[in-house]
Amino acid sequence: MTVAVVGASETTELGRIPHLSQMQLHADGAFNALADAGLTVSDIDGIATAGASPVDLTHYLGLEPRWVDGTSVGGCSFLIHVRHAVAAIEAGYCETVLITHGESGRSGVGRGGGGGGAASFASQFEVPYGPMGPTTLFGIGVLRYMKQYGMTHEQLASVAVAQREWAGMNPRAMYRDPITVEDVLASRVIAYPFHLLECCLVTDGGGALILTKAERAKDFPQPPVYVLGTGESVESPMISQMADLTSSRNFRIAGGDALKAAGVTHGDVDHLMVYDAFAHLPIFGLEDLGFVERGEAGPFIEEGNTRPGGRLPLNTNGGGLSYTHTGMYGMFALQESVRQVRGQAPAQVDSVNVSVCLGVGGMFAAGACIVFGKELP
Amino acid sequence: MSKEGLRPRYAPTPTPDTEHFWEGTRNHKLLLQRCTDCGTVYFPPRAFCPENGSSNIEIIEASGKAKLISYTINNRQHPSFESPYAIAIVQLDEGPMMMSNIVDCEQTPEALVLDMPLEVTFEKVSEQITVPLFKPVGASS
Repeated sequence: MTVAVVGASETTELGRIPHLSQMQLHADGAFNALADAGLTVSDIDGIATAGASPVDLTHYLGLEPRWVDGTSVGGCSFLIHVRHAVAAIEAGYCETVLITHGESGRSGVGRGGGGGGAASFASQFEVPYGPMGPTTLFGIGVLRYMKQYGMTHEQLASVAVAQREWAGMNPRAMYRDPITVEDVLASRVIAYPFHLLECCLVTDGGGALILTKAERAKDFPQPPVYVLGTGESVESPMISQMADLTSSRNFRIAGGDALKAAGVTHGDVDHLMVYDAFAHLPIFGLEDLGFVERGEAGPFIEEGNTRPGGRLPLNTNGGGLSYTHTGMYGMFALQESVRQVRGQAPAQVDSVNVSVCLGVGGMFAAGACIVFGKELP
Repeated sequence: MSKEGLRPRYAPTPTPDTEHFWEGTRNHKLLLQRCTDCGTVYFPPRAFCPENGSSNIEIIEASGKAKLISYTINNRQHPSFESPYAIAIVQLDEGPMMMSNIVDCEQTPEALVLDMPLEVTFEKVSEQITVPLFKPVGASS
């Protein structure tokens, strides 16, 4: 073990603290520990907490983490965070981890403030304006993107068209009949500018992965799929507080870290999965991962570069738009990356040596990226 | 936007660090916070600057001027809103973004033009909660 505790503190007060919310208690403990260590928030690049969402805490404190742990399994969660932090620091995922606890257990001020609680920032500063889940929030930045880069409704619709082509080659896809841009634009408007065919499915399903040491991998019946690089981050529990409505900071941090750790360039990538809850996600993903310049992803997809036969096969299972979407679709994006690297996908791409899988959590609240490979470097 | 037959909009629960904001809106003032170390004006309210963690902050009253940054128009039924209605993100002249609704304006892509100038207006939801809304500059309430 090569990791040490360099800052530690409790909240300023203990006992009865009715003048601070639960989130303020997290912050109080955090700032006291930072002072104890002689550090500021900008020195922190890893965050772990339980009882609050690490996304809420990241936004509240103004952090920019590249490692995050929200393991919440009761009172020993913070001990588990220490163990996970040791592994993360030893692996080089981050350098300085902040682990916080705050609980208004007696006064109940802002309890349940992580996520759905009435006192959370999202409840105070977004819910009064009538959002109804992801369909009304996830795409709220798209009109700004369209104005900034000149993306057309047709280009946005072409995301769904290209993915339906892949789905047509996949017997397990829920929707397989070909569609056109005109079909997409003629489908019911769910939340302008999004039409029905630009929104993901709602399905039942699941999946699982098993990982072990690379040196054991060849002892198993299936061809090994190696994890070459990983990245992660969280930004804000509120889409209205994203630093940039036309790009995901999480995608940039997670994608950049994953590609760097894997030691691959964009030209090495044979296959790409981008979590597509809505049609704009592959557009943000292509740009934030650096496969194309900002503003170029709409034309890139419209021109056919991501469809079957294109130079960057994208969402080859049909994606959340056509294959399946249970709610937490990331498992299915991972499964398709694994199938493609194994050479076992229904719509198999020729010789996939490197597959990149980019996932989103919440409405751009979190992001993670995994680079898979057929060979170890 | 709240009309006859609709439930009042959701009234959130303030916390100690946001109480001044909600007290401000009750008095038809839009209050922000400014870091006196780095000058950053920020929202939502916190007792420290999210840029540098400094607790040297002051409360300032916003001008109420803003512009329309982006939005979606919800077509589904909501118990507190008459559909279709826009859920918008506005940028205050002082810098921060906030979610809100645009009132005294048709809820259509043709009427809701990005970057249009807006000004704050207030809607009382409950004795404790009044929410800031925005209307096109010059629109009559």
